[in-house]
Amino acid sequence: MSTMQFKIYRYDPDKDNAPYMQDISIEVDPAIDRKLLDVLTKLKAKDDSLSYRRSCREGICGSDAMNINGKNGLACLTEISELKQPVVLRPLPGLPVIRDLIVDMTQFFKQYHSIKPYLINDSPPPDRERLQTPEDREELNGLYECILCACCSTSCPSFWWNPDKFVGPAGLLNAYRFIADTRDEATNARLDDLEDPYRLFRCHSIMNCVEVCPKGLNPTQAIGKIKEMMVRRAI
Amino acid sequence: MSKITIPVRKFDAVIVGAGGAGLRAAIQLSEAGLKTAVLSKVFPTRSHTVAAQGGVSASLGNSEEDHWHWHMYDTVKGSDWLGDQDAIEYMCRKAPEAVVELEHFGMPFDRTDEGKIYQRPFGGHMSNFGEKPVRRACAAADRTGHAMLHALYQRNVRANTQFFVEWMALDLIRDAEGQVLGVIALEMETGDVVAFHAKATIFATGGAGRIYYSSTNAFINTGDGLGMAARAGIALEDMEFWQFHPTGVAGAGVLITEGVRGEGGILRNSDNERFMERYAPNAKDLASRDVVSRAMVTEINEGRGCGPHKDFVLLDITHLDPATIMKRLPGIREISIQFAGIDPIKAPIPVVPTCHYQMGGIPTNYHGQAVNPDGSTVKGFYAAGECACASVHGANRLGTNSLLDLLVFGKSSGDSVVEAIKADPKDLKELPADFAERTLARLNRLNTQKGGASVNETRLEMQRTMQKHCGVFRFKDMLVEGVSKICDIEKAVHLTEIGDKSQTWNTARVEALELDNLIEVAKSTMVSAEARKESRGAHVRDDAPDTAANPNGRDDEIWLKHSLWHREGNRLSYKPVNLKPLSVETIALKTRAY
Repeated sequence: MSTMQFKIYRYDPDKDNAPYMQDISIEVDPAIDRKLLDVLTKLKAKDDSLSYRRSCREGICGSDAMNINGKNGLACLTEISELKQPVVLRPLPGLPVIRDLIVDMTQFFKQYHSIKPYLINDSPPPDRERLQTPEDREELNGLYECILCACCSTSCPSFWWNPDKFVGPAGLLNAYRFIADTRDEATNARLDDLEDPYRLFRCHSIMNCVEVCPKGLNPTQAIGKIKEMMVRRAI
Repeated sequence: MSKITIPVRKFDAVIVGAGGAGLRAAIQLSEAGLKTAVLSKVFPTRSHTVAAQGGVSASLGNSEEDHWHWHMYDTVKGSDWLGDQDAIEYMCRKAPEAVVELEHFGMPFDRTDEGKIYQRPFGGHMSNFGEKPVRRACAAADRTGHAMLHALYQRNVRANTQFFVEWMALDLIRDAEGQVLGVIALEMETGDVVAFHAKATIFATGGAGRIYYSSTNAFINTGDGLGMAARAGIALEDMEFWQFHPTGVAGAGVLITEGVRGEGGILRNSDNERFMERYAPNAKDLASRDVVSRAMVTEINEGRGCGPHKDFVLLDITHLDPATIMKRLPGIREISIQFAGIDPIKAPIPVVPTCHYQMGGIPTNYHGQAVNPDGSTVKGFYAAGECACASVHGANRLGTNSLLDLLVFGKSSGDSVVEAIKADPKDLKELPADFAERTLARLNRLNTQKGGASVNETRLEMQRTMQKHCGVFRFKDMLVEGVSKICDIEKAVHLTEIGDKSQTWNTARVEALELDNLIEVAKSTMVSAEARKESRGAHVRDDAPDTAANPNGRDDEIWLKHSLWHREGNRLSYKPVNLKPLSVETIALKTRAY
């Protein structure tokens, strides 16, 4: 057992006039409390008003994204032993805070929805599956695995300044997921939609998104490929 | 005293739950133009379908010959003959169409060299009526559930489905005639309580694996649909049957897909022996999950477990080509590194059987309609996916049949609703005067309770009791004691106290309300298990051993029947298993061996 120090962003609009940072210390058993989410669960058992989202606890549902010692990540995949103390926990930056570590993700999902995140293919489907070569399918690797946790978009300065106009790294990664899919027939329309000073071109390759993605995906590369396709189709 | 009223919103249909089953049903309703509300405690892509790994079954025959009838045989055998053969035939026949449809929705399946959907072997999947393993599990690497859930959500975005995200349904509204008229739900962000008044209500609320201490399930899997149904007087079917997945990461509980064994993984004990050869000489590591889990626990109990406490076995894929692991099993490699601290390319993964899936649930027919004990349908009420019991899984589910179940019955329940509303387009039936009373009383109690038990401790006590008294192997005395313990814990559940009284995103309140549901599931499980005095599928007890008269301890003469647990009076009744398929001959009772 060892004692760990935390500084946690707290705000309950029902009783707090303003947000504040709460200092909390807790006994941690490194054999059991391996991930940050394990410790948050322990903290919540002591103070049930501490509020955060969580579900799968294995890094696939994308619920427990937060800002951990200044860097966005998933609590369930964050190794406790690797955290500098006091561990500073804040809600994801750039989105309105609802309560404690819970942010309003409306704007994030609005941008995701704006790229028409579904396969567009109006040809009558065959009786069986549409065929796709293993090589064509491989183009989707590194794209379809996005869990919509918002770690990337909320670490992106361009998204902070223009969350209503810039699609953001998560949305753009997903846009390219459909552009890259040989079964999708809307490539041109998708490129037209993104050919805009804000929607795509606010990305300045700062690459914060790549650094924080808990699934090891690379939105900057996907954005680069979209830009490349735009250039190619212009000439 | 003046009546407390809550806002009422009117819809054609309300779907509770936006995992695979709820989203599949929603597509049918939205595309038919019905005014539909889909309620979910979490953003849809965070539902637990997302964690399914290995595949979805369908006899596409993309790599070798396969047939839906073989799939049906495997499913009946896997269910230890407790599954209803009409529903099983329906599901297995519909499987190829359901999977192809998903591909058309955009699901990024892996591909064969010819460009078809990639299929891998899985536990209990055999060709030619149990002869030898067959490739039937359609997969997107080892992220099939994630790929599927996102594809289904995306199709709903296209269909303009109306979601109520982070709304928790609290109770079913049922009138004096037993007709279901919607649900009462809590908006988590604001604390507002609203009635969703609808002609049809579909429950797709998923499982309740969190009744156990060690579970592969997400925090949100709290059996909300089952709790609501039980409180509304609907009996729960076959609740004693819980699947313990053979390969949860030891200590962490996180799932390692059976697809690992499908790709060639082997289970080993402390002697480095491939022990499954002794328990299932034909299917070996790809026997049914209940069989493998019992073999593992037997190895551990007999002192051949691994590690300092000899309390797990090893899942070995070090003999596989690292390129295959990177291509077909990248997700489990990540999980092993994250949660076991082991790279499976270099060393075997420590695993233990872990609670995974609830075979029982809300009784339905294969149209997704909820049914009463007498076989009549519950008007206005439907269920699909893990919360429902059609029953296709009987006493033990085959791997990959869960994703198939939610596709097939998600769709059939949606179609049933569309048909029912078309056939009877009348206005909404009036709500009973006192429809919100019980729910508001429950919320009010939580706001005012003093001196009650903590939600966290009460839940832990329930989880430990379930784990100890109702696990992989069950014992007569432990079950009897378990029933009385769970009934005591139930009393504490009804007196829980929360510190947080805020209206805004009050997760303490949500967890207390979830515990109300969990305890109904735990109680129905323990009571049903104590009463079933045979061994069948995942329910194996010490006083029903393997004998010549009753091989494997299964007693068809007395126990070839479904349990129905009634909350009112905490009593059980039974109904027959449907052994008559829709078009083919009955798959005759036989001793189960792999």
